[in-house]
Amino acid sequence: MRELSQHILDLLQNGLEAGATRLELDIDDDEQANLLTIRVCDNGRGMSPETVKAVTDPFFTTRTTRHVGLGLPLLKAAAERCGGGLTIASTPGKGTEVTATLVRDHIDRAPLGDMAVTLMGVLLSEHECDLVYRHRQGGEVFELDTAELREALDGVPLSHPQVRPWVQAYIREGLDGLNGAGA
Amino acid sequence: MPKVKSLDELRKLRDQVKDDISTRIETGTTIIVGMGTCGIAAGARETMHAIMQELESRQINAHVRTVGCIGMCSREPLVDIEQAGKPRVTYGNVYPDMVPRLIEEHLKNGHVVDEWVVGRKTTDDIGL
Ligand SMILES: Nc1ncnc2c1ncn2[C@@H]1O[C@H](COP(=O)(O)OP(=O)(O)OP(=O)(O)O)[C@@H](O)[C@H]1O
Ligand SMILES: [Mg+2]
Repeated sequence: MRELSQHILDLLQNGLEAGATRLELDIDDDEQANLLTIRVCDNGRGMSPETVKAVTDPFFTTRTTRHVGLGLPLLKAAAERCGGGLTIASTPGKGTEVTATLVRDHIDRAPLGDMAVTLMGVLLSEHECDLVYRHRQGGEVFELDTAELREALDGVPLSHPQVRPWVQAYIREGLDGLNGAGA
Repeated sequence: MPKVKSLDELRKLRDQVKDDISTRIETGTTIIVGMGTCGIAAGARETMHAIMQELESRQINAHVRTVGCIGMCSREPLVDIEQAGKPRVTYGNVYPDMVPRLIEEHLKNGHVVDEWVVGRKTTDDIGL
């Protein structure tokens, strides 16, 4: 994948497929520590310890449409290629937390890319879900909480054709307003 | 400096939308984009983005939905168009540069773009 935000969309999609009703995404873009940390947390069905061990193996999937899972092994490879790694913590029935850490200035690190469109990919999902997104960069934080947006919308869906562009622009503006050059 | 968007602005937009009867009439169309790993790697997110931009610039009030993997990995990005009373049409290998023609022909003119079709479902079939 060309952008880390594509991997992030993939992680969030895993949470949705696991039946999550709430997703949390934290991106910590720490120039000083030279680290980029991506954490996705969901309250979906979770995984057994054996599954957690198996999921970074590209031949493991519980899907029935195809017999290999690619998402997590791809991200693990991308993280390891730039001096970082991937950890998974999961509790059956409770949820899953996936954390990817990458060395920020590593030559092989893909750019973060278009986070606004990535989040739209989640907000437009057939599985409706709350999303809390925190993006730290240059000592500042942008926070998006879809519960807040939904409350302001008072029954009009976030995916409404006339609301959709506003939400995307809102995320873009929020991220553009952060200090410093983002990853 | 652009004015930072606020929730107040969103509330105003909500009130406009609630008043706008025309949006309710036109939203019988849903465009569905597959967002499994294969789809994303093949550029499905960019295709979705192009679809949203095209709809916005032409002021077409269609819904856009994302779904997980549909299981035709070599045909990703996959885009389904569902319209009330018509068979659901699945288009394969839909890249952003194909989106304007797809919207023009399928949504505006009501013609299926046969050369890009990889599947059709009537409404009583079980969904993809
Ligand atoms: N957040 C999650 N919650 C519960 N199970 C998960 C989660 N993420 C992954 N899994 C399990 O791990 C398996 C492998 O995930 P992975 O993303 O690598 O592949 P996949 O989703 O099966 O297919 P794809 O290649 O389309 O991503 C999944 O099939 C699922 O069983
Ligand atoms: Mg996956």
